[in-house]
Order: sequence, then structure tokens, then C-alpha cells
Amino acid sequence: MSVFEGFRFRHVSSPIHRLDPRVKFFYVLVMFIAAVMFYELLPLIILFILPIPFVLAAGVQRQWLRSLRGALFLASFLFVFNLVFGYLSPGAVPWGMWPLEYASAMFLRFLVLVESFSIFFLTTSPDHLSLALEQSHVPYEFTFAFTTAVRFVPVLAEEAQTIMDAQKARGLELEKGNFLKRVRNYIPILIPLIVNAIRRSLELAEAMESRAWGAAKKRTNLYVLKMGRGDLVFLITSIMLLTSAIYVRYFVSLPTIAMLLPK
Amino acid sequence: MIEVRDVYFTYPTGVEALKGVSLSIRNGEFVAIMGQNGAGKTTLVKQFNGLLKPTKGAVLVDGVNTRDISIAQLARKVGFVFQNPDHQLFSETVEEEVAFALRNFGFRQATIERRITWALNLLGLTEYRKTSPFMLSGGERKRVALASVLAWNPKVVILDEPTIGQDYQQKETLRQFIVQLNAQGKTVVIVTHDVEFVAECNPRLVLMAQGQIVADGDTKRILTNPDVALRASIVPPQITQIFHGLADLGLPTDVIDVSEAKKILIEYFEEERGKR
Amino acid sequence: MAIIETKGLTYTYPGGTKTSIRDVSLTIERGEFVILTGPSGCGKTTLCRCFNGLIPHFYVGQLDGELSVAGLKVTEHPIYEMAQRVGLVFQNPENQLFALSVEKDVAFGLENLGVPRDDIRKRVDWALQTTGIEELRERAPHELSGGQQQRVAIACVLAMQPGIMIFDEPTSFLDPLGAKKIFEVINELNKKLGVTVILVEHRLDLASRYADHVIIMDNGKIVLNGKPKEVFNSETARLIGVGIPKATRLCQMLQENGVRLGGVPTSSDEATQLLREVLKA
Repeated sequence: MSVFEGFRFRHVSSPIHRLDPRVKFFYVLVMFIAAVMFYELLPLIILFILPIPFVLAAGVQRQWLRSLRGALFLASFLFVFNLVFGYLSPGAVPWGMWPLEYASAMFLRFLVLVESFSIFFLTTSPDHLSLALEQSHVPYEFTFAFTTAVRFVPVLAEEAQTIMDAQKARGLELEKGNFLKRVRNYIPILIPLIVNAIRRSLELAEAMESRAWGAAKKRTNLYVLKMGRGDLVFLITSIMLLTSAIYVRYFVSLPTIAMLLPK
Repeated sequence: MIEVRDVYFTYPTGVEALKGVSLSIRNGEFVAIMGQNGAGKTTLVKQFNGLLKPTKGAVLVDGVNTRDISIAQLARKVGFVFQNPDHQLFSETVEEEVAFALRNFGFRQATIERRITWALNLLGLTEYRKTSPFMLSGGERKRVALASVLAWNPKVVILDEPTIGQDYQQKETLRQFIVQLNAQGKTVVIVTHDVEFVAECNPRLVLMAQGQIVADGDTKRILTNPDVALRASIVPPQITQIFHGLADLGLPTDVIDVSEAKKILIEYFEEERGKR
Repeated sequence: MAIIETKGLTYTYPGGTKTSIRDVSLTIERGEFVILTGPSGCGKTTLCRCFNGLIPHFYVGQLDGELSVAGLKVTEHPIYEMAQRVGLVFQNPENQLFALSVEKDVAFGLENLGVPRDDIRKRVDWALQTTGIEELRERAPHELSGGQQQRVAIACVLAMQPGIMIFDEPTSFLDPLGAKKIFEVINELNKKLGVTVILVEHRLDLASRYADHVIIMDNGKIVLNGKPKEVFNSETARLIGVGIPKATRLCQMLQENGVRLGGVPTSSDEATQLLREVLKA
């Protein structure tokens, strides 16, 4: 489960945590666009290093690194794939870059995408997130479904463990048998899990109704998201980042490693 | 039968649930493990069938260290009935449900048939043999879970909080059933926080608090000891509370059962009447 | 003044073969602390769901008879309207909490009602204080113990300030000390705030001391309805298999042997007192 730790929110307070989720999400989008715009190693290295001060400011280094570690497997696969592909069909690699450079660039691009999402989820509480969704005019039914799902994830995980224990105590051996048998072994675990989830939703529905669900057309809210000065600064920075990236893409010729090395 | 030797256990989350527990349960004993929620009762009992292995110390079941055999092998000897039957039920019929464990343990088909019939009969579920367990009431589902464990005839039967959500009548039936099981030679361990239930069963009582055993022995002696009750944060049975308030009148304080209480009081009255 | 009145209430769940409650007629006065008990399957849970409108609006099916709660005919008002007058706390604490913080959960009902933000804040603060869980305000429900979760659930319902609160076996999953705490909170709501309380319970040993009205059901019908002492002391209660308080049982057994106590005890303190009087005499 360690790779998931790289995305789970932690109850810490830092300037990054306090930023409006909508602004943070815009930043993620900007990083996404910027990363996709470039094939060259240099800008991607910059994009990779850019969020590091934010990560440190938020105090989530360890978890962030864990998300990268999780992404490493797929990223390495991308690297190897692009490397091999680059050597086998040299025309496919843009601008006569070395396949090695290209493969490294793709590797980094993937990591940049993962790291941006990681920071977002690490520093945004699900509560904040649902509030942002609500204020962005997503219908309340959806945000409610989202928060309730997040709230019950640890509960369901625990229940899955209990069910596994209960069935193991009846002699179920999960690891035994060929592939087909092993898949079938999970039926005594999935069925109680699903049945209990359905029962649970029924109880939840009763509780919701009993607390006036659907009473008012316009729901009010205990919390409200207000954009502060920090949010504005961050937003402007993200916009500047986006415009810089577009400018560099179209008006600056970027050197490749091949060109930087002495002939 | 079950030996717990100075066991310590810490969960992966870092919570130390057992802090040096030692216990010996002989074959055929009837033991109740009591304590507040979080005292470590369920953690301890899960060591008996290998679901949890001690971080320090050892647990021996029938002479074998739980670290040396698999959970499935231990389960053959130690049956565990979980608190919520809905964590176990998954089959299309009650029959299939009871057959599940028997098949896992490699019983022959003919034996399986016999055992199912026997177990269903024992728990009064014969009429539901072909019914889906999901169609049954809460109490009936509890009985199906119990039947599915008894079917493979384990030497030890552990019941985790069997009285939750049960009404008085159901608890009485359960109590009589447990006593009968024990009389037939099974080692029975119940984990509960229901004081009145334990007072009526009168088993060997193991009282736990904060990961340690606080008292071990005679139910009556333990439940009527006010210091012990305080340490383990348990509420003594009503009868005990009543007699506690009458201690200065020379009445005994080690009473937990209603019938006994009646007898003592009647005798006291006769005496008083005789004196006058 | 009657706050709940039913006459001939009968209900069958959709697709159910037998009626869950049959010909139930009862009156509950404002400010009473009612204990509703009976063997499993007697219909007490069904009756509770009639009181707040889950039956017949959520669980459709055939509801016959008259039912008026807080002056409203339940069949004619949607659940969200009933929710402002009668709150329902369920058995499983975990499945009543949906939000990621206690504060947000307590605010949930008020948000649904469209209450202005400042009022929500005030009522949330009040509800947390009244149930004694101020310090749990920022915590996530999953981190709480069962007893704490149940107190949060009570606060959630309390925030809507209903005149009636129904508790359906709220202590099933709690240990005796946790159960005691919950009963104390419920009692405070009744005695200090005047909330009419209906408590469905099996643990009569712990709960009976608070009640001034007891209703016992069996097989969908009301079998006993009256003051706690009369109801618990009756032979019928014992015969249906209700777990009457041990103190009451002891008194009955003594009576069978010719020893009469000055009254009928339902708690251990009462029993001690009555016994002292007789023993000293």
C-alpha cells in the first residue's frame, strides 16, 4: 500500500495546505499542459525541480517521494520502451535527439505528471476538495457521494481484513492452488464485502433521510472557500508559468543535449 | 490445550495491544475473557487460531507453536465464531455455507453430508437447509455461522461477543447451548463485556485491562472484588451492587446470582424471625 | 399534552408475509422518557420508523391506522419535515456519520434545512457542548471509539432541535461503561432540555432507572403499557421473555417466598434501600 501513501491527505497545516483547492488544481493543469508541450530534457528537468520548494514548504517530502517511488516502475518501462523504439526507428525521435535523451525526457515527463497530482492530493483534504467541487457548481449529490466514499475507505479496508480473517479461520487458504483456484478463493471475501456495503448504504440512506436530506432547494454550508491573497499570488504564478512555457515552446529554440556537448 | 507464554503484541499501526500476557487453558475448560473495549481481549483470542502471531513470546496450541503451523491447520483444532455473522456468510444456501469449511479441511463428501445434517439439527436450522442465508433473520444468521464452525468439530470453540444485539430469551438459549457444548467436552472460550451473562454462566473468568491480565479465576470472587472491578473498568452485576450496599448488615458480599441472592435473603429473614 | 398518538396502527413491509406491527394504539405525553422494549422481532424498530416518517415514505408498504406526531399526520408530511420535529438515532454509530469531521457531520442536518451559516455555527457549538464532545470537533469519525461516535450521532440529531428524540438500541455495540455514558446524555436531554425521549433497549438493568413510561411489545402488538414498576413487575413481562432488571426479579422471588418489600425496585440502589428497610425492621 505504500504507493497510495503518496497520495493520501495528512492533517498538517502549511501555507500550501491552506491554498484554495481550485487554485491548486489550476496549477496541476498548468504543469500537465507544460509537461506535455515539451520533448526536450532541459525544460522537463526544470518542471520536475520546480515543485520541490512547495513540497518542502508543505512538509510532505516523505510521502511525495513514496509516490515517485511507486511511479518509478511504469516510468522505467516508458524509458526502456522509448529507448528501444528510438533506436529501432530513428526517424520517430524528434529533431535528431539522441534516443537516450528522448527516453529520459519521457521518463521525466511521466514523473512530473505523477508528482503534480501527488502534491495536490497530499495537500488537499477531501473536505476541502468536496467544498471546492460544491462551489464549482457540481451538484451536491456527487460531492456527497465523493466525501462519503472517501470517509468509508478505511472502514471498508478494515472490513475486508476482518472478512479475510473470518474465512481464513474456516480453513480458506488464499494462496493455494493454480491461478483459477486462487481467483475463486476470493469469492468468499468479495461477496460478504459487497453485501455488507449494500446493507451499509441502506442504513446510511435512513440516517440521511432522518436528517432532512432534500429539505431545502438551496443547501447552505458550514464552511465557505474564500480566495485569499496567497491564492491570488499562486494563481498569478501559475498563469505566468503557463505563458512562459508557451513562449518558450514557440519562440525559443531549446538545445538538446546533443547540441550542448562539444563536437 | 492452549498456552500463552509472556506474549507481547503490537499492531502494525504501532498500538501495543498485549503487554506480557501469560495464560493456560486446559482441555475442556470454560473460560470467559472480559474487559473494556480496547483491553486486548479480541487481540488475545486471535492468537489462539494463528490469525495474529505474537511480536514477543509464544503461543502453543495442543503443544505446537502457532508460528510453526498454518492458520488453516490451527483452525482445524480451534474454531472461531466471529462477532458479525455477515462477515462470513456468502453461500447460496445454508447447506453450502456449512459445507464450506468442511471442504476446505478436506472432508469426504459422505462425511460432509452427515456433518451438515448434524450441525443444522443441533442449531435448529434443519428447515432452512436449502434457504439462502441472506433471507434469514439476524439471530438465525448467527446460528448458521455457529453451525458452520461446529460442523468440523474443533476441540476449542471461541465465540467473540456472542451476546451483542440479542434479547434476553436469545441470550438464555445461547447460555444453555454453551454450557451443553462444554459438558460434551469442548473447550469453550467466550469473549464478552456482558457482565450479567458471565455472572449467569459462572465460568473461569479472565479479566483484562490495557493489554494485561488483571485477574484470573473464580467468577464470583473476581466480580465481587471492588478494586478489581475498578481496575478493569467493569460494572459489577446488579445483584453484586445490591449486596454491596447491604454489607454493613452482615450479609455476604460475594453474590452474583439472583437465585443465590434469594436464598441468602430468605435464610436471613428466617433467622431474624427465629430470633424474635 | 400528547405529543405522539396512534390508533390501530398496522404495517407490513413490502413483500413481507406477516404484519410487523398490528393494531398499535398508544399515547406519549410531552416530556416523557419512554422505554420501548420486547423480544427480537416484536416490531419496536418498525414502530420507531413510523414515528419519523421513514415508514411510509422511505419504506413503502401498507400503513393503516392513525398516527399523529408533534401535531402532524405522518402520512401527509415528507420525512424532511418530520425530521425537524422528531430525530432518530440508530443502532450502528458508524453508519450515521458521513462527513470527514465531527463538526461537518453535526452541521449536516442544518445545511440540508438551508439554515444560515451563522446559525449553523451557533447550533453546532451548542450541540457539541450539550453532548460533551467539544474536544472532538475536528476529529474524523473513523478515529473515534463507538461510544464517541454514538455521542456525535446524538449531537447531529440534537442540532436540529427536535422536540422528540428516538433512540433505537443505541448501545448495542458499546460496552457497559460506554452504554452508561450514553444513557446519562440521553437523560440530560430529557430532564434538562425537556426533550421527549423514546428509548428502545434490551439492557433494562442500566436504562430502567431513567424511564417514567414503559411499553412492551410482542409479536407486533403492544402487550404492556404503563409505569415502569407496574410493567416490570408483571408476570406477563417475565413470560414473554423480557430481561427485566435483576433488582425487580429479586423482589418478585422474595415475594413468592412471603417476603414483601415496601415497593418495586427497578435499580440496584432502590433495591438496596428497600431491603435495608425490611431487614432492619
